[in-house]
Amino acid sequence: MSKFKKKKKGLPAISTASLPDIVFMLLFFFMVSTTMRETDLLIKKPVLPMASEVKKLEMKSLVSTIYVGKSKDSRIGGDKIQVNDKIIDVNDVPSFIFSERALRKEEEVKYMTTSIKADKEANVGTILDIKEQLRDINALKVSFSTTKGSDLKGNYKK
Amino acid sequence: MARRENSEINAGSMADIAFLLLIFFLVTTTMDVDSGIARKLPEKSEDTPEVTIKQKNILDITVNRKNQILVEGTDFVEVTDIRRIAMDFIDNGGGESAAKPDGTPGKPCDYCKGAKDPASSDHPTKAVISLQSDRGTTYGMYVSIQNEIEAAYNELRNRLALEKYKRSYNDLLADYKDNASESLKEKIDFLKDSYPQIISEPEPIK
Repeated sequence: MSKFKKKKKGLPAISTASLPDIVFMLLFFFMVSTTMRETDLLIKKPVLPMASEVKKLEMKSLVSTIYVGKSKDSRIGGDKIQVNDKIIDVNDVPSFIFSERALRKEEEVKYMTTSIKADKEANVGTILDIKEQLRDINALKVSFSTTKGSDLKGNYKK
Repeated sequence: MARRENSEINAGSMADIAFLLLIFFLVTTTMDVDSGIARKLPEKSEDTPEVTIKQKNILDITVNRKNQILVEGTDFVEVTDIRRIAMDFIDNGGGESAAKPDGTPGKPCDYCKGAKDPASSDHPTKAVISLQSDRGTTYGMYVSIQNEIEAAYNELRNRLALEKYKRSYNDLLADYKDNASESLKEKIDFLKDSYPQIISEPEPIK
């Protein structure tokens, strides 16, 4: 029965030839599905409030983001407004929007949205000031950035 | 000279290179989906016509810097109560809608299921929700109230949509995003017109 004689067998090495392919596939997936982190936050990372009736922001390229939050230095009080990589005054919000508009095509300007990412501890006064500035220059589409959830109790303290 | 054989390029390190790239991209990119409460600000115009609105068509919500909510100037309520109060108010349908510009007289609300209280709002198209906040109110509170108001409108639209089209409003919206057809747009616009969002935000209390 030489046909069934056991061959000398060691553990065959697992071929890793396809490993690069798999990794490349992962790489491309991440490249396509993510966006580059554009801004370094100069303020404390805003803790977004929670809301249940949220809408996803469409067309990320047409969104300009305004951050509102506390300064990293705890000795400085009040809300700070950050756009791109600098902290600005409320009165400079229009010039920020104008510079954002200048980067887009003219026909896309009317679809531009301003996303306000504000800390849940921020004052409404600051937000309303920003809204007033946005109204002045006809940037009327605004989105209050929130996380999705139904626990509204965590948004405020009494 | 000895002829070198065409040896194959060693691809063993390819995986390492790819992993390096992969990790680089993982670190430098974000995948957070940006979502939020969408609002359209009112346009600013020089000559705003004076509009008089009957007091009964306005739901006054005031919130002070201690995050206490006052409705209609009399009742202290919790955030979670606002949805029901707003729905009752919008859906009251105690009177007739405004006359159209082409002269057709107003009609009573035939889809409202409210109490038809003559002391509350006349018609969903006339009902205004006014949200007055203090400059010192916490933003989280403000967003919560906005969220509850939005929820009230969505719930009413959902109800009407289920009755009329056997689909919920959210379903219709999701469908519309996938394939934008005229008939869907018509339905959505009808629902929006039936329960239009009229939210007024007066100057904040200083």
